[in-house]
Amino acid sequence: MRILVCVKQVPDTTEVKLSSEYTLQRDFVAQVMNPADESALEKALALRDQHGGTVTVMTMGPARAESMLREAITRGADEAIHLTDSAFAGADTLVTAKCLQAASEMGEGFDLILCGRRAVDGETGQVGPMVAALLDVPCVPNATDVRLENNALVIDQLTEAGVITWQACFPAVITFCEWSHHLRLPTLMGMRRARNAQIRRVTAQELGIKETGLKASPTRVVRIHSRPVGVRPCQKLPVDEVLAALVHKEVLP
Amino acid sequence: MAQIAIVERKCTGCGLCQSNCPFGAIDMVNGKPELNAACKVCGICVKNCPEKAIVKLETKVDSVDKSKWNDILVYAEVSGGRLHPVSLELIGKAHELKEAVPGFKVKAVLVGDGVSAYAEELRHYGVSEIAVYDDKELGYYRADAYASCVEDYIKYCRPSVVLVGATALGRSLAPRLATRFHTGLTADCTTLILRDTTDLVQIRPAFGGNIMAQIVTLNTRPQFATVRYKVMNAPVRSDEVTGEILTRKIPKGVAESKASCVSVVPVPPKQSISDAEILVVGGRGLQKESDLEMIKELAKLLGGDWATTRPLVEKGWTTNDRQIGLSGRTVRPRLIITCGVSGAIQFTACMNGSDHIVSINTDRDAPIFEVAHIGIVGDLYEIVPALINQLKEAQA
Repeated sequence: MRILVCVKQVPDTTEVKLSSEYTLQRDFVAQVMNPADESALEKALALRDQHGGTVTVMTMGPARAESMLREAITRGADEAIHLTDSAFAGADTLVTAKCLQAASEMGEGFDLILCGRRAVDGETGQVGPMVAALLDVPCVPNATDVRLENNALVIDQLTEAGVITWQACFPAVITFCEWSHHLRLPTLMGMRRARNAQIRRVTAQELGIKETGLKASPTRVVRIHSRPVGVRPCQKLPVDEVLAALVHKEVLP
Repeated sequence: MAQIAIVERKCTGCGLCQSNCPFGAIDMVNGKPELNAACKVCGICVKNCPEKAIVKLETKVDSVDKSKWNDILVYAEVSGGRLHPVSLELIGKAHELKEAVPGFKVKAVLVGDGVSAYAEELRHYGVSEIAVYDDKELGYYRADAYASCVEDYIKYCRPSVVLVGATALGRSLAPRLATRFHTGLTADCTTLILRDTTDLVQIRPAFGGNIMAQIVTLNTRPQFATVRYKVMNAPVRSDEVTGEILTRKIPKGVAESKASCVSVVPVPPKQSISDAEILVVGGRGLQKESDLEMIKELAKLLGGDWATTRPLVEKGWTTNDRQIGLSGRTVRPRLIITCGVSGAIQFTACMNGSDHIVSINTDRDAPIFEVAHIGIVGDLYEIVPALINQLKEAQA
């Protein structure tokens, strides 16, 4: 079974520092693998260990994302693909999905595509389902587990209404909930392999995509504004006056 | 359409563009800036460059004929045997939006098995047309089948805007639809504004940083946006009945599917934090898991429920359904008390609509006080027990 895991490098949001203008100070922020993608990678490695096959990790992003791909190899991934090209700049979710789909169809293709259900920086959760739609294969988002039964995929999905179990044929795209699986630690062998691993770099031209990046993206960020400061006059009160104030405002009986 | 270009001749390599870029999209290579794939073409570097060495190049791109795409379509979600209330909130928002463009109407589409029953109810919300795809084959949600039905109706009525609730179902359906129409989709919008050009300005918090992004789908239609439950106001149900019910034929191929549902194990009906009237929230100021007990006790004394911020979920102290924020739930209770929460925008964007916000934090300049109505500057380990005591005394 050939498994592809799509991963993204994100700022470590537990360590975020803000400048005086409330912008993110990226210089000091560690870049880590998106937590939900870690779950997907762990599941992929577990499926490979159980049923055989290979695990390929793939990301689209700037040059610095290569460190994350090597990190994935230390944990046990077999190969890594890095889509990196300044032509990808400004790609929105649909264009990102198109690039990932094109890359996933290079060579032998894949039987199963796993990814995180959403990234902690963008939080759109769109890329996985869009890749599935482009490949015209089934997609189960918000998965907590996947198993192989009688040559078919059995997937547990978390929804507001409860846990839904799906049966799907290959190939399929499954997006995983963060913290559903804890990524194994790096091994000594893995670290040695990661140091020497050849990471396959792919440009827009090799993907055969003429229009990419911002130019091809249907959505466009037209303005960025920092959060509204001082939107609400906050009344600072000592602790023993708070409940009385709430009773006075008829919030509490 | 635009792109950023750096005029090397003018560039002094000062690095201001790199430090100001909110996306980390500029790398300094041999002392000169280079754009990487993270660029969103926001133009902040253009504004900040003291040498005017960065320019934004505009190129014209063909646009669809927007005048052929009219009206606002709301996907009315039926799941778990009920019309999801987010659908009504979206219909309410659609009525506000349509005022911007004369002649725009609000339409709704229902997909599922036995959903005709809900069409009558929708007629009380001023919708001009309700399309119904009712069939046994649509008994449970399957992305491809449901998308085919909505796609069929979109092709028929050509809406300018399509609003979908950001539920588990909506998050899976909307990307599939946007992909089929090769058009833009913006997730989790917190504000929507329709321009008279029919462009929908979609505002959402972005990029883990404390910034809001305005996003527009410039040249394609329809414009897809998802909005979470409890972000928009619910409309008032009118006694008057309006709108036509249009029963549509099920598109071909819906019965075939590559994925099928094996079983549904419903979770026992649990009060969601989104439905609570009073909420007490514990944040990163809490030092250990057992300290959550006092948050729960305060909530119980107030007759409310408790919730947390993301770091506590990451530590495994509680589960995602207790989390307020972009990666958790959005809440609008009557009263919310935050304890040791600093106020990152991913959190505040999802509780800012609460009627009364009381915040406890040791840092008097913490961003949480920008959204709070009442602030208590101090240590939560003194203040929460004090509040608990006061409530106990009052109740005794």
